[in-house]
Amino acid sequence: MSFDNAYEALTEQNDARWAFGTGFDDPLSGVDTTVPSGVDGAVLAEYCLALADDALVHSQRLGEWVTRAPELEEEVALANIALDLLGQARLLLSRAGQADGTGRGEDALAYFRDAGQFRNLRLAELPRGDFACEISRSLLLSTRRLAVFSRLTGSRDPVLAAVAGKGVQELTYHRDYAAQWAVRLGDGTAESHRRMQAALDGIWPHVPEILDTHEIDRRAVAAGIGVDPAEVRAEFDEVVDQVLTAATLQRPEAAGIPGSGRDGAHTEHLPELLADMQGLARAHPEATW
Amino acid sequence: MVTAVDRAREVAEQVTDPELPMLTLADLGVLRSVEVTGRQVVVTLTPTYSGCPAMAEMRADVHRALTRAGYPEVEVRTALDPPWSSDWITPRGRAKLAEHGIAPPAAAPARGGPVPLTLAPPAARIPCPRCGSRATEEISRFSAAACKALRRCTACAEPFEHIKEI
Repeated sequence: MSFDNAYEALTEQNDARWAFGTGFDDPLSGVDTTVPSGVDGAVLAEYCLALADDALVHSQRLGEWVTRAPELEEEVALANIALDLLGQARLLLSRAGQADGTGRGEDALAYFRDAGQFRNLRLAELPRGDFACEISRSLLLSTRRLAVFSRLTGSRDPVLAAVAGKGVQELTYHRDYAAQWAVRLGDGTAESHRRMQAALDGIWPHVPEILDTHEIDRRAVAAGIGVDPAEVRAEFDEVVDQVLTAATLQRPEAAGIPGSGRDGAHTEHLPELLADMQGLARAHPEATW
Repeated sequence: MVTAVDRAREVAEQVTDPELPMLTLADLGVLRSVEVTGRQVVVTLTPTYSGCPAMAEMRADVHRALTRAGYPEVEVRTALDPPWSSDWITPRGRAKLAEHGIAPPAAAPARGGPVPLTLAPPAARIPCPRCGSRATEEISRFSAAACKALRRCTACAEPFEHIKEI
Protein backbone atom coordinates (compact mmCIF):
# COMPACT_ATOMS: atom_id res chain seq x y z
CA MET A 1 0.00 0.00 0.00
CA SER A 2 1.53 3.34 -0.94
CA PHE A 3 0.30 6.87 -0.39
CA ASP A 4 1.26 10.29 -1.72
CA ASN A 5 1.67 11.63 1.80
CA ALA A 6 1.48 10.47 5.39
CA TYR A 7 -1.87 12.18 6.06
CA GLU A 8 -3.57 10.20 3.31
CA ALA A 9 -2.39 6.98 4.94
CA LEU A 10 -3.83 8.10 8.29
CA THR A 11 -7.34 8.30 6.86
CA GLU A 12 -7.45 4.70 5.66
CA GLN A 13 -9.87 2.64 7.71
CA ASN A 14 -8.90 -0.62 9.40
CA ASP A 15 -5.27 -0.39 8.44
CA ALA A 16 -3.14 -2.68 10.61
CA ARG A 17 -0.31 -0.17 10.47
CA TRP A 18 -2.24 2.30 12.57
CA ALA A 19 -3.30 0.00 15.38
CA PHE A 20 -2.50 1.64 18.70
CA GLY A 21 -3.23 0.60 22.25
CA THR A 22 -5.29 -2.55 21.97
CA GLY A 23 -6.58 -4.89 19.33
CA PHE A 24 -3.34 -5.76 17.53
CA ASP A 25 -3.13 -8.89 15.45
CA ASP A 26 -2.15 -11.92 17.51
CA PRO A 27 1.67 -11.99 17.28
CA LEU A 28 1.57 -15.80 17.13
CA SER A 29 -0.99 -15.72 14.32
CA GLY A 30 -0.33 -18.64 11.98
CA VAL A 31 2.16 -20.36 14.32
CA ASP A 32 1.62 -24.00 15.35
CA THR A 33 0.87 -23.50 19.04
CA THR A 34 0.24 -27.09 20.12
CA VAL A 35 1.71 -27.67 23.59
CA PRO A 36 4.20 -30.59 23.27
CA SER A 37 2.94 -33.86 24.70
CA GLY A 38 4.13 -34.50 28.22
CA VAL A 39 4.50 -30.78 28.99
CA ASP A 40 2.15 -29.35 31.61
CA GLY A 41 0.50 -26.30 30.05
CA ALA A 42 0.27 -24.54 33.42
CA VAL A 43 4.03 -24.86 34.00
CA LEU A 44 4.79 -23.58 30.50
CA ALA A 45 2.36 -20.70 30.97
CA GLU A 46 3.77 -19.48 34.29
CA TYR A 47 7.33 -19.64 32.91
CA CYS A 48 6.42 -17.71 29.74
CA LEU A 49 4.51 -15.19 31.84
CA ALA A 50 7.56 -14.50 34.04
CA LEU A 51 9.81 -13.94 31.01
CA ALA A 52 7.11 -11.85 29.34
CA ASP A 53 6.61 -9.63 32.39
CA ASP A 54 10.36 -8.94 32.72
CA ALA A 55 10.34 -7.67 29.15
CA LEU A 56 7.02 -5.82 29.30
CA VAL A 57 7.79 -3.90 32.49
CA HIS A 58 11.36 -3.03 31.47
CA SER A 59 10.06 -1.97 28.06
CA GLN A 60 7.61 0.42 29.72
CA ARG A 61 10.41 1.98 31.80
CA LEU A 62 12.65 2.31 28.72
CA GLY A 63 9.80 4.00 26.89
CA GLU A 64 9.78 6.74 29.54
CA TRP A 65 13.13 7.91 28.12
CA VAL A 66 11.45 9.12 24.95
CA THR A 67 11.75 12.95 25.14
CA ARG A 68 13.98 12.62 28.25
CA ALA A 69 17.20 10.99 26.99
CA PRO A 70 20.48 12.95 27.05
CA GLU A 71 20.76 12.94 23.23
CA LEU A 72 18.42 12.15 20.35
CA GLU A 73 20.52 9.10 19.36
CA GLU A 74 20.15 7.65 22.86
CA GLU A 75 16.41 8.26 22.84
CA VAL A 76 16.18 6.34 19.56
CA ALA A 77 18.39 3.58 20.98
CA LEU A 78 16.36 3.16 24.19
CA ALA A 79 13.09 3.25 22.25
CA ASN A 80 14.40 0.57 19.86
CA ILE A 81 15.43 -1.65 22.75
CA ALA A 82 12.00 -1.08 24.32
CA LEU A 83 10.35 -2.10 21.03
CA ASP A 84 12.36 -5.34 20.83
CA LEU A 85 11.45 -6.20 24.42
CA LEU A 86 7.80 -5.35 23.80
CA GLY A 87 7.86 -7.71 20.81
CA GLN A 88 9.32 -10.49 22.96
CA ALA A 89 6.72 -9.78 25.65
CA ARG A 90 3.83 -9.95 23.17
CA LEU A 91 4.94 -13.33 21.83
CA LEU A 92 5.45 -14.73 25.34
CA LEU A 93 2.16 -13.34 26.70
CA SER A 94 0.31 -14.93 23.80
CA ARG A 95 2.11 -18.22 24.46
CA ALA A 96 1.18 -18.04 28.16
CA GLY A 97 -2.50 -17.37 27.39
CA GLN A 98 -2.68 -20.38 25.06
CA ALA A 99 -0.71 -22.76 27.24
CA ASP A 100 -2.75 -22.19 30.42
CA GLY A 101 -5.94 -23.02 28.57
CA THR A 102 -7.69 -19.75 29.46
CA GLY A 103 -7.33 -18.40 25.93
CA ARG A 104 -6.45 -14.97 27.33
CA GLY A 105 -4.78 -12.81 24.69
CA GLU A 106 -1.90 -10.40 25.13
CA ASP A 107 -4.24 -7.45 25.86
CA ALA A 108 -5.99 -9.29 28.69
CA LEU A 109 -2.66 -10.21 30.25
CA ALA A 110 -0.92 -6.87 29.76
CA TYR A 111 -3.77 -4.51 30.63
CA PHE A 112 -6.10 -6.38 32.93
CA ARG A 113 -3.88 -7.92 35.59
CA ASP A 114 -3.07 -6.07 38.81
CA ALA A 115 0.42 -5.67 40.27
CA GLY A 116 0.13 -8.78 42.47
CA GLN A 117 -0.43 -10.89 39.35
CA PHE A 118 2.73 -9.66 37.62
CA ARG A 119 5.72 -12.02 37.82
CA ASN A 120 8.56 -9.72 36.72
CA LEU A 121 11.84 -9.33 38.60
CA ARG A 122 11.67 -6.21 40.74
CA LEU A 123 14.77 -4.72 39.10
CA ALA A 124 12.70 -4.15 35.93
CA GLU A 125 10.12 -1.99 37.71
CA LEU A 126 12.39 0.41 39.63
CA PRO A 127 11.98 4.07 38.65
CA ARG A 128 14.26 5.01 35.77
CA GLY A 129 16.55 7.29 37.83
CA ASP A 130 19.30 9.03 35.87
CA PHE A 131 20.88 7.74 32.66
CA ALA A 132 23.56 5.84 34.62
CA CYS A 133 20.80 4.02 36.55
CA GLU A 134 19.13 2.92 33.32
CA ILE A 135 22.44 1.78 31.84
CA SER A 136 23.23 -0.23 35.00
CA ARG A 137 19.80 -1.86 35.07
CA SER A 138 19.89 -2.59 31.33
CA LEU A 139 23.36 -4.13 31.63
CA LEU A 140 22.30 -6.53 34.40
CA LEU A 141 18.93 -7.45 32.90
CA SER A 142 20.21 -7.92 29.34
CA THR A 143 23.19 -9.98 30.55
CA ARG A 144 20.87 -12.29 32.49
CA ARG A 145 18.27 -12.50 29.73
CA LEU A 146 20.82 -13.17 26.97
CA ALA A 147 22.45 -15.94 29.00
CA VAL A 148 19.04 -17.53 29.71
CA PHE A 149 17.71 -17.13 26.15
CA SER A 150 20.83 -18.59 24.52
CA ARG A 151 20.16 -21.77 26.53
CA LEU A 152 16.38 -21.66 26.00
CA THR A 153 16.89 -22.35 22.29
CA GLY A 154 17.05 -25.99 23.45
CA SER A 155 13.66 -25.79 25.22
CA ARG A 156 11.23 -28.67 24.68
CA ASP A 157 8.61 -26.08 23.76
CA PRO A 158 9.30 -25.17 20.12
CA VAL A 159 7.52 -21.79 20.38
CA LEU A 160 9.54 -20.72 23.44
CA ALA A 161 12.74 -22.01 21.77
CA ALA A 162 11.98 -19.97 18.64
CA VAL A 163 11.14 -16.79 20.59
CA ALA A 164 14.44 -17.21 22.45
CA GLY A 165 16.37 -17.76 19.21
CA LYS A 166 15.13 -14.47 17.80
CA GLY A 167 15.61 -12.77 21.17
CA VAL A 168 19.29 -13.77 21.31
CA GLN A 169 19.99 -11.69 18.18
CA GLU A 170 18.32 -8.65 19.75
CA LEU A 171 19.67 -9.03 23.28
CA THR A 172 23.21 -9.27 21.91
CA TYR A 173 23.14 -5.65 20.86
CA HIS A 174 21.08 -4.55 23.89
CA ARG A 175 23.86 -5.88 26.11
CA ASP A 176 26.59 -4.34 23.95
CA TYR A 177 24.81 -0.99 24.08
CA ALA A 178 24.59 -0.98 27.89
CA ALA A 179 28.14 -2.32 28.28
CA GLN A 180 29.65 0.31 25.97
CA TRP A 181 27.86 3.10 27.83
CA ALA A 182 28.90 1.65 31.19
CA VAL A 183 32.54 1.85 30.05
CA ARG A 184 32.11 5.34 28.60
CA LEU A 185 30.56 6.66 31.81
CA GLY A 186 32.66 4.66 34.27
CA ASP A 187 35.92 5.49 32.52
CA GLY A 188 34.76 9.03 31.71
CA THR A 189 34.80 12.16 33.84
CA ALA A 190 34.92 12.19 37.64
CA GLU A 191 31.20 13.05 37.67
CA SER A 192 30.14 10.33 35.21
CA HIS A 193 32.26 7.80 37.12
CA ARG A 194 30.67 8.84 40.41
CA ARG A 195 27.17 8.55 39.00
CA MET A 196 27.82 5.18 37.38
CA GLN A 197 29.25 3.74 40.60
CA ALA A 198 26.35 5.17 42.62
CA ALA A 199 23.85 3.65 40.18
CA LEU A 200 25.44 0.20 40.49
CA ASP A 201 25.61 0.45 44.27
CA GLY A 202 21.93 1.43 44.32
CA ILE A 203 20.62 -1.52 42.31
CA TRP A 204 23.04 -4.22 43.51
CA PRO A 205 20.70 -5.46 46.27
CA HIS A 206 18.47 -6.68 43.39
CA VAL A 207 21.16 -8.91 41.89
CA PRO A 208 20.50 -11.98 44.14
CA GLU A 209 16.85 -12.01 43.02
CA ILE A 210 17.73 -12.08 39.31
CA LEU A 211 20.12 -15.02 39.79
CA ASP A 212 18.08 -17.02 42.31
CA THR A 213 16.28 -20.17 41.27
CA HIS A 214 12.58 -19.61 41.84
CA GLU A 215 9.96 -22.36 42.05
CA ILE A 216 8.72 -21.28 38.61
CA ASP A 217 12.22 -21.96 37.23
CA ARG A 218 12.49 -25.25 39.08
CA ARG A 219 9.21 -26.55 37.65
CA ALA A 220 10.15 -25.37 34.13
CA VAL A 221 13.56 -27.04 34.33
CA ALA A 222 11.95 -30.30 35.51
CA ALA A 223 9.57 -30.14 32.51
CA GLY A 224 12.47 -29.63 30.11
CA ILE A 225 11.21 -26.24 28.96
CA GLY A 226 13.19 -23.80 31.11
CA VAL A 227 16.66 -22.75 32.22
CA ASP A 228 17.87 -22.59 35.81
CA PRO A 229 19.21 -19.06 36.50
CA ALA A 230 21.86 -20.66 38.74
CA GLU A 231 23.27 -22.18 35.55
CA VAL A 232 23.93 -18.73 34.05
CA ARG A 233 25.57 -17.22 37.13
CA ALA A 234 29.14 -17.92 35.96
CA GLU A 235 28.50 -16.33 32.55
CA PHE A 236 26.74 -13.37 34.21
CA ASP A 237 29.69 -12.80 36.55
CA GLU A 238 32.23 -13.09 33.76
CA VAL A 239 30.47 -10.59 31.49
CA VAL A 240 29.71 -8.09 34.25
CA ASP A 241 33.26 -8.28 35.62
CA GLN A 242 34.67 -7.72 32.13
CA VAL A 243 32.56 -4.56 31.79
CA LEU A 244 33.31 -3.27 35.29
CA THR A 245 37.06 -3.76 34.83
CA ALA A 246 37.04 -1.87 31.51
CA ALA A 247 34.88 0.81 33.13
CA THR A 248 37.18 1.15 36.21
CA LEU A 249 34.14 0.47 38.41
CA GLN A 250 34.02 -1.52 41.64
CA ARG A 251 31.76 -4.53 41.85
CA PRO A 252 29.47 -3.71 44.78
CA GLU A 253 28.67 -6.17 47.51
CA ALA A 254 25.20 -6.20 48.95
CA ALA A 255 22.77 -8.57 50.59
CA GLY A 256 19.59 -9.27 48.64
CA ILE A 257 16.17 -7.84 49.43
CA PRO A 258 13.77 -10.49 50.81
CA GLY A 259 10.90 -11.61 48.60
CA SER A 260 10.64 -12.01 44.85
CA GLY A 261 8.71 -10.34 42.07
CA ARG A 262 8.19 -13.87 40.75
CA ASP A 263 5.76 -14.37 43.68
CA GLY A 264 3.86 -11.19 42.85
CA ALA A 265 5.54 -9.32 45.71
CA HIS A 266 6.54 -5.99 44.19
CA THR A 267 7.80 -2.58 45.18
CA GLU A 268 5.42 0.36 45.41
CA HIS A 269 6.69 1.45 41.99
CA LEU A 270 4.92 -1.26 39.98
CA PRO A 271 1.31 -0.13 40.65
CA GLU A 272 2.32 3.37 39.60
CA LEU A 273 3.90 2.05 36.37
CA LEU A 274 0.82 -0.06 35.65
CA ALA A 275 -1.54 2.85 36.23
CA ASP A 276 0.29 4.66 33.46
CA MET A 277 0.46 1.64 31.15
CA GLN A 278 -3.06 0.29 31.72
CA GLY A 279 -5.16 3.40 32.40
CA LEU A 280 -6.30 4.05 28.86
CA ALA A 281 -7.08 0.42 28.00
CA ARG A 282 -9.11 0.07 31.21
CA ALA A 283 -11.02 3.31 30.70
CA HIS A 284 -11.90 2.33 27.13
CA PRO A 285 -11.83 -1.46 26.88
CA GLU A 286 -11.88 -2.81 23.33
CA ALA A 287 -11.44 0.68 21.91
CA THR A 288 -9.46 1.03 18.68
CA TRP A 289 -8.29 4.32 17.32
CA MET B 1 4.69 -24.92 -17.78
CA VAL B 2 3.50 -22.36 -15.26
CA THR B 3 1.88 -24.16 -12.33
CA ALA B 4 -0.63 -22.81 -9.83
CA VAL B 5 2.14 -22.63 -7.24
CA ASP B 6 4.35 -20.58 -9.56
CA ARG B 7 1.54 -18.10 -10.18
CA ALA B 8 0.72 -17.74 -6.48
CA ARG B 9 4.40 -17.42 -5.64
CA GLU B 10 4.82 -14.71 -8.23
CA VAL B 11 1.98 -12.70 -6.66
CA ALA B 12 3.31 -13.15 -3.10
CA GLU B 13 6.85 -12.30 -4.18
CA GLN B 14 5.77 -8.94 -5.58
CA VAL B 15 4.43 -7.69 -2.21
CA THR B 16 6.76 -5.01 -0.87
CA ASP B 17 8.04 -4.33 2.63
CA PRO B 18 6.13 -1.44 4.24
CA GLU B 19 9.26 0.04 5.86
CA LEU B 20 11.64 -0.61 2.96
CA PRO B 21 9.33 -0.27 -0.05
CA MET B 22 12.17 -0.77 -2.55
CA LEU B 23 12.35 -4.41 -1.39
CA THR B 24 9.86 -7.17 -2.08
CA LEU B 25 9.25 -9.71 0.68
CA ALA B 26 11.26 -12.18 -1.44
CA ASP B 27 14.20 -9.72 -1.65
CA LEU B 28 14.08 -9.27 2.13
CA GLY B 29 14.13 -13.04 2.66
CA VAL B 30 11.02 -13.20 4.86
CA LEU B 31 8.93 -15.19 2.35
CA ARG B 32 9.61 -18.78 3.37
CA SER B 33 7.17 -20.78 1.27
CA VAL B 34 4.09 -20.68 -0.92
CA GLU B 35 1.93 -23.79 -1.20
CA VAL B 36 -1.27 -24.35 -3.15
CA THR B 37 -3.75 -27.09 -2.27
CA GLY B 38 -6.88 -26.98 -4.39
CA ARG B 39 -8.39 -23.53 -3.87
CA GLN B 40 -6.22 -22.72 -0.86
CA VAL B 41 -2.91 -20.83 -0.84
CA VAL B 42 -0.72 -21.04 2.24
CA VAL B 43 2.06 -18.46 2.52
CA THR B 44 4.66 -18.67 5.30
CA LEU B 45 6.49 -15.55 6.51
CA THR B 46 9.23 -15.03 9.10
CA PRO B 47 9.44 -11.84 11.18
CA THR B 48 12.70 -9.89 11.00
CA TYR B 49 12.55 -8.63 14.63
CA SER B 50 10.32 -9.67 17.57
CA GLY B 51 8.77 -6.23 17.76
CA CYS B 52 8.69 -5.37 14.06
CA PRO B 53 5.44 -3.40 13.67
CA ALA B 54 5.42 -4.11 9.93
CA MET B 55 4.66 -7.81 10.39
CA ALA B 56 0.88 -7.40 10.73
CA GLU B 57 0.83 -5.24 7.63
CA MET B 58 2.94 -7.71 5.64
CA ARG B 59 0.45 -10.43 6.50
CA ALA B 60 -2.46 -8.21 5.48
CA ASP B 61 -0.74 -7.14 2.23
CA VAL B 62 0.02 -10.74 1.20
CA HIS B 63 -3.57 -11.70 1.96
CA ARG B 64 -4.91 -8.75 -0.03
CA ALA B 65 -2.62 -9.32 -3.05
CA LEU B 66 -3.52 -13.01 -3.37
CA THR B 67 -7.24 -12.35 -2.85
CA ARG B 68 -7.14 -9.73 -5.59
CA ALA B 69 -5.30 -12.19 -7.85
CA GLY B 70 -8.29 -14.50 -7.58
CA TYR B 71 -7.35 -16.92 -4.80
CA PRO B 72 -10.47 -17.40 -2.66
CA GLU B 73 -8.77 -18.98 0.37
CA VAL B 74 -5.53 -17.45 1.61
CA GLU B 75 -3.79 -18.39 4.82
CA VAL B 76 -0.65 -16.60 6.04
CA ARG B 77 1.39 -18.61 8.54
CA THR B 78 4.32 -17.42 10.64
CA ALA B 79 7.51 -19.45 10.95
CA LEU B 80 9.57 -18.28 13.94
CA ASP B 81 12.31 -20.86 13.53
CA PRO B 82 14.98 -20.57 12.28
CA PRO B 83 15.06 -16.83 13.07
CA TRP B 84 15.45 -14.42 10.16
CA SER B 85 19.01 -13.38 9.41
CA SER B 86 20.16 -10.38 7.39
CA ASP B 87 22.14 -12.95 5.35
CA TRP B 88 18.80 -13.91 3.78
CA ILE B 89 18.50 -10.58 1.92
CA THR B 90 18.99 -11.57 -1.73
CA PRO B 91 21.73 -10.14 -4.00
CA ARG B 92 18.98 -8.26 -5.87
CA GLY B 93 17.69 -6.88 -2.54
CA ARG B 94 21.19 -5.73 -1.59
CA ALA B 95 21.62 -3.96 -4.91
CA LYS B 96 18.27 -2.18 -4.49
CA LEU B 97 19.10 -1.06 -0.94
CA ALA B 98 22.41 0.40 -2.12
CA GLU B 99 20.65 2.17 -5.02
CA HIS B 100 18.38 3.83 -2.46
CA GLY B 101 21.25 5.03 -0.28
CA ILE B 102 20.95 2.29 2.37
CA ALA B 103 24.10 0.24 2.97
CA PRO B 104 23.33 -3.49 2.79
CA PRO B 105 24.47 -5.69 5.69
CA ALA B 106 27.84 -7.47 5.83
CA ALA B 107 27.88 -11.13 6.89
CA ALA B 108 25.91 -11.86 10.07
CA PRO B 109 27.78 -13.07 13.17
CA ALA B 110 27.99 -16.84 13.65
CA ARG B 111 25.23 -18.38 15.78
CA GLY B 112 25.40 -20.78 18.68
CA GLY B 113 27.31 -20.96 21.95
CA PRO B 114 27.95 -18.11 24.37
CA VAL B 115 27.63 -14.71 22.71
CA PRO B 116 30.84 -12.66 22.99
CA LEU B 117 30.59 -9.18 24.48
CA THR B 118 31.63 -6.32 22.19
CA LEU B 119 33.05 -3.31 24.02
CA ALA B 120 34.66 -1.62 21.00
CA PRO B 121 32.63 -0.12 18.15
CA PRO B 122 32.26 -2.68 15.33
CA ALA B 123 35.20 -2.85 12.96
CA ALA B 124 33.06 -3.88 9.97
CA ARG B 125 33.99 -1.59 7.13
CA ILE B 126 30.73 -0.68 5.52
CA PRO B 127 31.21 1.26 2.28
CA CYS B 128 29.31 4.54 1.81
CA PRO B 129 26.36 3.88 -0.53
CA ARG B 130 26.80 7.38 -2.04
CA CYS B 131 30.52 7.73 -2.77
CA GLY B 132 31.78 4.18 -2.17
CA SER B 133 34.40 5.24 0.38
CA ARG B 134 35.19 2.71 3.10
CA ALA B 135 36.02 5.51 5.53
CA THR B 136 32.71 5.32 7.37
CA GLU B 137 31.84 5.19 11.06
CA GLU B 138 28.86 4.16 13.13
CA ILE B 139 26.87 7.01 14.69
CA SER B 140 24.33 4.76 16.37
CA ARG B 141 23.42 1.08 16.38
CA PHE B 142 19.82 2.27 16.29
CA SER B 143 17.80 4.20 13.75
CA ALA B 144 14.27 4.89 12.53
CA ALA B 145 13.48 1.17 12.18
CA ALA B 146 14.52 -1.87 14.22
CA CYS B 147 16.58 -3.26 11.33
CA LYS B 148 18.69 -0.15 10.64
CA ALA B 149 21.78 1.50 12.14
CA LEU B 150 23.01 5.00 11.41
CA ARG B 151 26.46 5.67 9.94
CA ARG B 152 28.36 8.60 8.52
CA CYS B 153 30.88 8.78 5.70
CA THR B 154 33.99 10.76 6.60
CA ALA B 155 34.91 11.17 2.90
CA CYS B 156 31.71 12.75 1.55
CA ALA B 157 30.43 13.81 5.01
CA GLU B 158 26.95 12.36 4.41
CA PRO B 159 25.09 10.29 7.00
CA PHE B 160 23.45 7.09 5.77
CA GLU B 161 21.44 4.14 7.03
CA HIS B 162 22.78 0.62 7.21
CA ILE B 163 20.88 -2.66 7.62
CA LYS B 164 22.23 -4.28 10.79
CA GLU B 165 23.80 -7.71 10.66
CA ILE B 166 21.79 -10.18 12.73
